[in-house]
Amino acid sequence: MSSLSYAAPTSVDDAVKLLAGASGLAKVLSGGTDLLVQLRSGRLKPELIVDTKKIPGIIGIREENGGFVIGAATPGAVVEAHPGLNAAWPGLVEALDLIGSTQVQGRCSLAGNLCNASPAADSVPALFAAGATAVIVGSKGKREVPVEQIPTGPGRTSLAKDEFIVEFRLPPRPAHSADAYLRFIPRTEMDIAVVGCGISVTLDANGVCTAARVALGAVSPTVILVPAAADVLIGHKLDADTLAKLDAAAQAAAKPISDKRGTVEYRTKIAGVLARRTAAIAFDRANGIKNGKAH
Amino acid sequence: MAKTYVSATINGESSEFLCETQQTLLDVLRDVVGLTGSKEGCASGDCGACSVIMDGRLVCSCLVLGVEAEGKSITTIEGIAQGDHLHPIQQKFLEHAALQCGFCTPGLIVATKALLDENPNPTETEARYWLAGNLCRCTGYDKVIRAVMDVAAEMRGETVG
Repeated sequence: MSSLSYAAPTSVDDAVKLLAGASGLAKVLSGGTDLLVQLRSGRLKPELIVDTKKIPGIIGIREENGGFVIGAATPGAVVEAHPGLNAAWPGLVEALDLIGSTQVQGRCSLAGNLCNASPAADSVPALFAAGATAVIVGSKGKREVPVEQIPTGPGRTSLAKDEFIVEFRLPPRPAHSADAYLRFIPRTEMDIAVVGCGISVTLDANGVCTAARVALGAVSPTVILVPAAADVLIGHKLDADTLAKLDAAAQAAAKPISDKRGTVEYRTKIAGVLARRTAAIAFDRANGIKNGKAH
Repeated sequence: MAKTYVSATINGESSEFLCETQQTLLDVLRDVVGLTGSKEGCASGDCGACSVIMDGRLVCSCLVLGVEAEGKSITTIEGIAQGDHLHPIQQKFLEHAALQCGFCTPGLIVATKALLDENPNPTETEARYWLAGNLCRCTGYDKVIRAVMDVAAEMRGETVG
């Protein structure tokens, strides 16, 4: 049996050197809620695990230049307990909160959810909709990229072997801005999305949308941004005509597969329905209408 | 491959063990430390039978590497009772017959402890969602929830008898 090494470096430089120097597969460990399952099943056979949690700043939330910075390995439970994030990004918080159980929330992270690169990852449509960027470190230094450039296919990312994410940056929020995330599952908890939808909007003082981002999960090999769906929102209030166009744009963008969670036809239809419902919640929140949690 | 030396606090006592990287905290607790109260149901983080509290957070010990326990404080089911005295949560699980086969019970009791540590006055809905990661195939959950709500009231000093 091949041996598996473990390292818990206390600096970014040490972590990058370990990843770069590994001769075989090296995996970055944050909360481990996906990685440990893949190790156990034998699907992944790394030679090295680099635990990033001892790197200063990789767990925690801070405000910077009017926006928020979330450490890559910050557990879901920490994000959900943060009043500022709940106020500014309720959709991102509720999306992350939907991952797994209380036990999983004690460990699961945004970076893990993004880099596991499941098309059905719950926090990822919300991250895409938020316009978040990821700060990535590697042997060649530091780069900051939009999160939608990271997943490239199921289980695959654009990160090089020696790279990992240290933090996510969320942009400052203009007045009358809000986001929301909905997923469809056949039960109320502990399930994987049939379809997920994240929407972030900014409205003017009259409730007309001036900026929007729409993302869909579980209807494509990766989570996708849907600019055509955002375009039908911009310049409009959320009236019946706009909702119908949003529904159509979401359905047009959905290119799902049929599997045990749903057929192509069903997922496509649900993508439109969820887009309408998610937009309604995001617009209500941006208009200052309290509607509590979406779930 | 050399084993890694790990020093942790388990149920309030310092503990040292050697483990291989691929061993989970659950493997270590059961097979190295000899604490077999935490159960392996699914080994994939779905069933909650291996629940422990690590540095104040409820986690599945099957989703934590043993080597990650370095410097951590861990509470298992064996650390819930106070000596020979059952914890009120354990007492109420017995009174309400909130178990049949008992395999999920250590995880449910540890998860309930974590719930009441964080929220001494949960609604039934909050309790049900908190415990959604603890699967029980015997009770149908109603007896579990009755025990949890009753012990929460008792621990708040609102005993209804």
